[in-house]
Amino acid sequence: MSATPEVAPGLAVTARRTAGRGGGVLRAFERWGVPLFTAAAIFYLLIPILVMIAFSFNDPPGRFNFVWGEFSLAAWGNPFGRPRLGDALATSLVVAFISTVVATALGTLIALSLTRYQFRGRSATNLFVFIPMATPEIVLGASLLTMFVGTATEPWRTLTGGALFPLGTQTILIAHIMFNISYVVVTVRARMQGFPRHLEEAAMDLGANGWTTFWKVTFPLILPGILAAGLLAFSLSIDDFIITQFTSGTEQTFPVWVWASIRNNLPPQIHVIGTMVFVVAVGLVALNTILTGRREARDRRIAQEEAAGARKARLAVPE
Amino acid sequence: MPAVDVRLLEVVKRFGDMVAVDRLTLDIQDGEFFSLLGPSGCGKTTTLRMIGGFEEPTSGLIELQGEDVTWLPPFKRNVNTVFQNYALFPHLTIYDNVAFGLRRKGVKDAEVKRRVTEMLELVELPGFERRKPTQISGGQAQRVALARALINRPAVLLLDEPLGALDLKLRKQMQVELKRIQQEVGITFIYVTHDQEEAMTMSDRIAVMNQGHIEQLGDPESLYERPSTRFVAGFLGISNLLPGAVEGTDGSYATVRMADTSSVRAPSALVGSHADVSIGVRPEKIRLREPADRTPDGHNQITGVVRDASYLGVSTQYVVEARGGARLTVYEQNVERTTRAELWAPGEEVLLTWSPDHSFVVVDQPTPAVDGSTPA
Ligand SMILES: Nc1ncnc2c1ncn2[C@@H]1O[C@H](COP(=O)(O)OP(=O)(O)O)[C@@H](O)[C@H]1O
Ligand SMILES: [Mg+2]
Repeated sequence: MSATPEVAPGLAVTARRTAGRGGGVLRAFERWGVPLFTAAAIFYLLIPILVMIAFSFNDPPGRFNFVWGEFSLAAWGNPFGRPRLGDALATSLVVAFISTVVATALGTLIALSLTRYQFRGRSATNLFVFIPMATPEIVLGASLLTMFVGTATEPWRTLTGGALFPLGTQTILIAHIMFNISYVVVTVRARMQGFPRHLEEAAMDLGANGWTTFWKVTFPLILPGILAAGLLAFSLSIDDFIITQFTSGTEQTFPVWVWASIRNNLPPQIHVIGTMVFVVAVGLVALNTILTGRREARDRRIAQEEAAGARKARLAVPE
Repeated sequence: MPAVDVRLLEVVKRFGDMVAVDRLTLDIQDGEFFSLLGPSGCGKTTTLRMIGGFEEPTSGLIELQGEDVTWLPPFKRNVNTVFQNYALFPHLTIYDNVAFGLRRKGVKDAEVKRRVTEMLELVELPGFERRKPTQISGGQAQRVALARALINRPAVLLLDEPLGALDLKLRKQMQVELKRIQQEVGITFIYVTHDQEEAMTMSDRIAVMNQGHIEQLGDPESLYERPSTRFVAGFLGISNLLPGAVEGTDGSYATVRMADTSSVRAPSALVGSHADVSIGVRPEKIRLREPADRTPDGHNQITGVVRDASYLGVSTQYVVEARGGARLTVYEQNVERTTRAELWAPGEEVLLTWSPDHSFVVVDQPTPAVDGSTPA
């Protein structure tokens, strides 16, 4: 037992030295490793985009924009200068817009009812909402096609005069709204989960009925969640290829057009449009950041002004 | 006699099998500062939420100024609430928060402005109009919540542990403030708290709740001086309880004999017709004397041994073991003895004496709720 006091200090010193060395490595990693790693990760993410932007200024030697020929503004001067490309892009935008609006409205209502009401079929709905996300897109596309084509066979064709779901923009829309609803429900539901219900009670306490409470309190508070869901829906729709390919018939969206054209050519216009989408998206994010920052700065300034005003008022009061 | 503002009649609230509020009957007078006091989970919040309209009673009746409001939604009741966590709208400025109720009633903008300004002055927050709730302190948020409720001039203001989140100093300050504001506006306050000192400081009357029912209702003094159940005696301050059997009555006092054969007396009106009771006495009502000293005429006396003494500054707290083994807490003001450095020491034999008028009576088996626990 007498050895313990002699051994213990030695151990302590060793331990401390090890800890010191570990700390040094950790600090060095924090100073150099983390920024380097971050830069590498960002670079990795940016390479394809940089390539896309660069090749939008390319004049390729052949029909495929794979090899660098020489710098050219030709594609930028005529971004829709390919047969049906402009139409396809327009269809993409229309489908994305309508499916976003419809899916966001419906999905928000579903999320609201799922989070705040107990009703028969609630857990079933929770499950069904998840299914479109869990099912492989190609399976979903194939079964949608089966369904739409099925409605074009007897007896449905005669019964409806063939007006039921001919493939085209309307079937793309139905499909996109279907999968977008799932993503909207999941996004808005996450936002609703921690929703402070007592704020709604406070509104009702102050004389607001259910309708006013929703528009004055609930909606403004979940609006960021709804906007996020809408953005997600828009980008999923404009991006979608597999399901659209099955449900579009002879109609083309931008991704479907690219896929169709890539068999015999790959024009730089594709890179131009890709770059445009990228610039618009980055611009929106930047705008949002600037507006948020400005609003916060204004709130802070008001608080400071009022605090200063209150101090002055207090000094002015004669004791 | 002031009018009854809020009336609860046989109100029951069940959550599944759990009875949160059990046949509560209560009359609250107009302009009263009324507190619901009780430990956590005893049903205070549920009671308040039923008055506010956020919960529907399982059975029973709730009246507001004579009108049956049992099934009315919150926005149709002339009642406002100060929520425990304030529940300020984070997306609105302080001004818009306070103006929220008036705007729902369609009050004109100029009038809204005048009244919001006036209200923020009442709660001493002028000049905070354009701030957001995230930019003010807890104490200030508390005042905004109060202003937001009071501006509607409700018949009744409900407050659910409104000071619970504040630190002690601020809480004390706000207690005084709340009482001042209540007297200034003359609105009935129903105040929920688990803090007995807070309830005692502010209330005109207090209902002590336990497991969904009211144990005892009265003004702070009568609750403290004459608790009628073991629960109330223990929840409000410290009590010494001595179980015994009623032996007889000589006019206004009854004699109760304890297990160790010593006897004490208590007002016979409190004892009633019960056979087994506990005699209670508050620690500061007991005098400690030398065993040889003379007990004042008619006072209760029991002998004991000092087991513990703690000097608290303003007073000294003793634990004295009575002959029968019961341990009594005694507070002695540090008036004479300390200047002569003569605190009682552990092991010393002492005589505990108190006036029989300071005895209260606790009946262990509560008589069924027929209003007759103390027949004359
Ligand atoms: N919505 C609810 N569902 C189920 N039980 C509840 C609900 N609200 C309150 N209770 C229960 O009712 C009892 C009383 O609660 P409450 O009124 O909040 O007590 P207090 O405010 O006195 O602490 C508690 O046991 C609580 O768990
Ligand atoms: Mg509570």
